[in-house]
Amino acid sequence: MRIAITSTGKEMDSAIDPRFGRARYIIIVEKDGTMVEAMDNVQGANALSGAGIQAGKLLADRKVDVLMTGHCGPNAFRTLEAAGIKVVVEQSGTVKQALERLQLGNVKFSSKANVEAHW
Amino acid sequence: MIISVASGKGGTGKTTIATSLAAVLGSRAQLIDCDVEEPNCHILMKPVLKTREVVSLPVPVVDMDRCTRCGKCGEVCRFSAIIVIGDQVLTFPELCHGCGGCWLLCREKAIREGSRELGVVETGFAGPVEFVQGVLRVGEAMSPPLIRAVKAKVDPDKIAILDAPPGASCPVINTVSGSDFIIMVTEPTPFGLNDLSIAVDAVTQLGIPLGVVLNRADIGDNGVQVFCRQKDIPILAEIPNDRNVAEGYARGDLLVTSAPNYIGLFLQMIQRVQNLVGSQQQAVRIGAL
Repeated sequence: MRIAITSTGKEMDSAIDPRFGRARYIIIVEKDGTMVEAMDNVQGANALSGAGIQAGKLLADRKVDVLMTGHCGPNAFRTLEAAGIKVVVEQSGTVKQALERLQLGNVKFSSKANVEAHW
Repeated sequence: MIISVASGKGGTGKTTIATSLAAVLGSRAQLIDCDVEEPNCHILMKPVLKTREVVSLPVPVVDMDRCTRCGKCGEVCRFSAIIVIGDQVLTFPELCHGCGGCWLLCREKAIREGSRELGVVETGFAGPVEFVQGVLRVGEAMSPPLIRAVKAKVDPDKIAILDAPPGASCPVINTVSGSDFIIMVTEPTPFGLNDLSIAVDAVTQLGIPLGVVLNRADIGDNGVQVFCRQKDIPILAEIPNDRNVAEGYARGDLLVTSAPNYIGLFLQMIQRVQNLVGSQQQAVRIGAL
């Protein structure tokens, strides 16, 4: 199982970036904590519009199963849902802490977006 | 001739100036409200509207039976309005700018043109003045295509006065481009000056001659005058902070109705603009020789 966690930096100890589409980095790890990639999301961070949709597509291409982030808008959510990626929102603290919460089963998967669309 | 009235800052008196200019021109004028997000010229002009047409934008509709999920449509769309993800094709009509790239590129002809309603264009008359306005649909974020539809009503045989939205972004640039002259309405305060200088920087790129109208000219400071001198921008008129004018506006009356003593000032303003446009065209002609 692959988990994507939005991050302000490239390390497991970096703080979570609350934004999804415009997150600075997206860290992809296996469930045991092995880092697959610290994806530089500079393109999404500067996108004109549809940042969440593009980020969703990138995660789908990388065969991610779960996304952990702060906020997820409706367009991003629809994209992630179409790709079969489960979403955990309202995450804070560090990337590592978020992963631990998932490993312990201490998270709730969302059934809908938790913020409005914005452009 | 097309004269745009812009301001940079909201609440400076753009609509007051645009409507009174049109009113003093009478049947020679066409007043076109391009502030489609919040049109308000009609409040002062009180037009009788006669026609109403819906303006929409073409958006993609995908036939999933023909689609091979090749993904070309998603690659060409810089606004992410269409994307192939797994075995699905998602469309986001509200992000679509209607360029048609996706259905032109689709080899399987799996995408057809649907439509998304942007708003309406309404036309009519306010006394002798021809009146046009656009009204953006509530919830619609993209105004430039509607502004272009509104501007398509410009009659080249009249003096078209275009009331621009406030600010200095796409809707303003869409309104003023193609104009012969831009009147920048501002007030002599630091706020007015700040927004004026941003707007002037933006529209200068278009190479259209411009002039400033100072509204509430006797308040604030002389920063705007200094700026105009430095930039070589003519000040076309100064309108004092007149209680009569403010009360008239609050009642929904035109400036030249509540304070008819300003009619001459507006006629002079048009004369001045015509002269400036004329000399500009002359300069271009001489330059071309």
